[in-house]
Amino acid sequence: MEQALELLSLSPPGWGANLLRGLAASIQIALGAFGFGLIIGFFGAMGKLYGSPWVRDLLEVYTTVVRAVPELVLILILYYVGTDIINNIAAAMGRGPVEISGIAAGIWVLGVVQGAYSTEILRGAIKAVPPGQIEAARAFGMPRGLLARRVTIPAMTAFAIPGLANLWLIATKDTALLAVVGFSELTLETRQAAQSTRAYFTFFLAAGFLYLMVTLLSGVIFGRIEKWARRGQPSHRSAS
Amino acid sequence: MKLRTMLATATAAALLAGGAAAAETVKIGIAAEPYPPFALPDSAGNWSGWEVEIAKAICAAQEMTCEITPTGWDGIIPSLLGEQIDVIMASMSITEERAKKIDFTDHYYKTPAVVVTAKGSGITPDDAGLSGKILGVQASTTHQTYAQKHFEDSAAEIRVYQTQDEANQDLYSGRVDAIQADSIAMADFVNSDIGACCEIVGAVADDEAILGKGVGAGVRKGDDELREQLNAGIAAILENGTYDEITQKYFSTTIYSK
Amino acid sequence: MIRAMLIPRRLIMLGFFAAFVIWCAVTLDWSWIPAYAPLALSGLWVTIWLLVVSLVLGFALAVPLGLAQAIGPWYLAAPARAFCTVIRGTPLLLQIWLLYFGLGSLFPQFPWIRESELWPYLRQAWPYAILSLTLSYAGYEGEVMRGAFASVQKGQIEAARAFGMPRFTMFRRIWLPQAIRQALPTLGGETILQLKATPLVATITIVELYAVAARVRQDTFIIYEPLLLLAVGYLLIAGVITLGFRWIEGRGPRM
Repeated sequence: MEQALELLSLSPPGWGANLLRGLAASIQIALGAFGFGLIIGFFGAMGKLYGSPWVRDLLEVYTTVVRAVPELVLILILYYVGTDIINNIAAAMGRGPVEISGIAAGIWVLGVVQGAYSTEILRGAIKAVPPGQIEAARAFGMPRGLLARRVTIPAMTAFAIPGLANLWLIATKDTALLAVVGFSELTLETRQAAQSTRAYFTFFLAAGFLYLMVTLLSGVIFGRIEKWARRGQPSHRSAS
Repeated sequence: MKLRTMLATATAAALLAGGAAAAETVKIGIAAEPYPPFALPDSAGNWSGWEVEIAKAICAAQEMTCEITPTGWDGIIPSLLGEQIDVIMASMSITEERAKKIDFTDHYYKTPAVVVTAKGSGITPDDAGLSGKILGVQASTTHQTYAQKHFEDSAAEIRVYQTQDEANQDLYSGRVDAIQADSIAMADFVNSDIGACCEIVGAVADDEAILGKGVGAGVRKGDDELREQLNAGIAAILENGTYDEITQKYFSTTIYSK
Repeated sequence: MIRAMLIPRRLIMLGFFAAFVIWCAVTLDWSWIPAYAPLALSGLWVTIWLLVVSLVLGFALAVPLGLAQAIGPWYLAAPARAFCTVIRGTPLLLQIWLLYFGLGSLFPQFPWIRESELWPYLRQAWPYAILSLTLSYAGYEGEVMRGAFASVQKGQIEAARAFGMPRFTMFRRIWLPQAIRQALPTLGGETILQLKATPLVATITIVELYAVAARVRQDTFIIYEPLLLLAVGYLLIAGVITLGFRWIEGRGPRM
């Protein structure tokens, strides 16, 4: 026990600081990927609901493929394809290879995966908004942008929060997959610490604890957000 | 305020990156897994070890600006081809298969492949000795290729691990009967505290087509200027004694042969 | 289904898709396929085996987990909830490594383990793979089953009780079928999630479909082709699962 605490201490020779650094990288990637996914998801949902048949079909292909292929495989494909494309573009513009930071690559890869789930969640949430509210706004001649900003988005947020909370947890956990590609995030830092010290059990448990704390904390935060988003809505809706 | 600080940082970072690009930083890719005594991280996140020091010495000899960049071993060749790194210096043996995809410098060390087992197991590093046994190797190594060619039929199973350390760990825990790996790395392993369980039972029969002509640095095909630079660097540190100096810090014998 | 594809727009898209497939077939390097086909088939078999076994065992575990949380006394409900939280709150990859490498690192401290009857199994990688995949599925599905059990209408239970139905029969005839019926729409999705979790066990030396593709990449240094084929393989399996669940859902009584 004492030995374990020594290994986990924050100053060298303890590896605690490494785990925390890894955690920070994981959270950065997760936040970025979640945000990038939300942007894709917002346009995806709009496209699926109001786009032309072409757009709808293409989006359907995107969400189906991404949701059926294992993240690990997608990460590898997107990682290699993404860097290839960027380098080709740079070469075409007559520049040398572009440096892509690990975090940016992680955000790109996980963001594309998250986007597919976001699209479905936001589409469901927009559809759940009572059509009467939108029709009323339209009847008053509200312009489209204002309608989205004042009616659709606020009204759908409450419906989207539970799904998005779940998606955020998936984002934090999926960052662990980047360890297989060699990104320096929490799981890889843990593996390096475990291999260097042979204390596999201690470090994997410690990392598990860190992930769990992120999950529990996120649960509390999203609970607050949901309460806030549901303000002013009749409370029996959740019971029905 | 916050946004402005971020913008300022981003601009500064961009300027810095621009400045570094002018000096042409060479990114030296090493495997992001501890591989003692060649490369291992400390808890401060710095990498040390024989190969890391050799890499730095080569760069110093050629007055190149180098950056050690840890990369997943399994995808290290794709990373080189995708230009995330410029050089591979990760104990990679020069083999014909690999030479189809990338170019190699001259070799900078050469050691045989050995088999390690639990003490007193009576296993020998050949077909008869490994018959019915479980053999562990690291993925994407010459040892994997060798074992799958020479021991596939005799061994009960060839288990492929992502990192060498995981294979070592499973030999220690008793999940595999033997592992095949590089002799230096294994000498280091059997001298470590968990390696006390085990002993080196000998080298496998040579198969140069698979085991290769020693360990060299990998560069992209056609990157001849860099390759020549590295070759000159390797020759220089062999010449001026830096190579021996670093080697003596880690090994009791020489690990270089022509 | 087929008629939906015959709209001109979709025909054009199919045409593009076919052109893409032909382009892939012609320009990319597929010469490795014959040599690795037997290995790929055995990998496919391992993937399906892992999926089916972990689904069955995981579901068997999820039912008591859901039941304990929905109606159990606090001393059953609390551990069940804690289990589901921990499983759902940590990455599966970490769980797999903790079980395989974490436990493995403890073995040498207990020499009697190597003497025990279980040792031949503990040496293999698949028991750890099955265990971690099963626990993971049980954790996620336990949560679903909790909701499903809680949603069975109280009136039906009361009616059954009024008829003097024994408790176990009541569970078997009323609670369980209705809860499964409730959970069925999510079950298909969860099964695909479980399929997508299987490649992670390749990191503990299991040679399933993903590991075969990795082997091709390691042997031949061909990057894209094995990955593309792998993605297509998973798409097909996911398609079969989706169709299967649609068929099952279509057969049950409407509620």
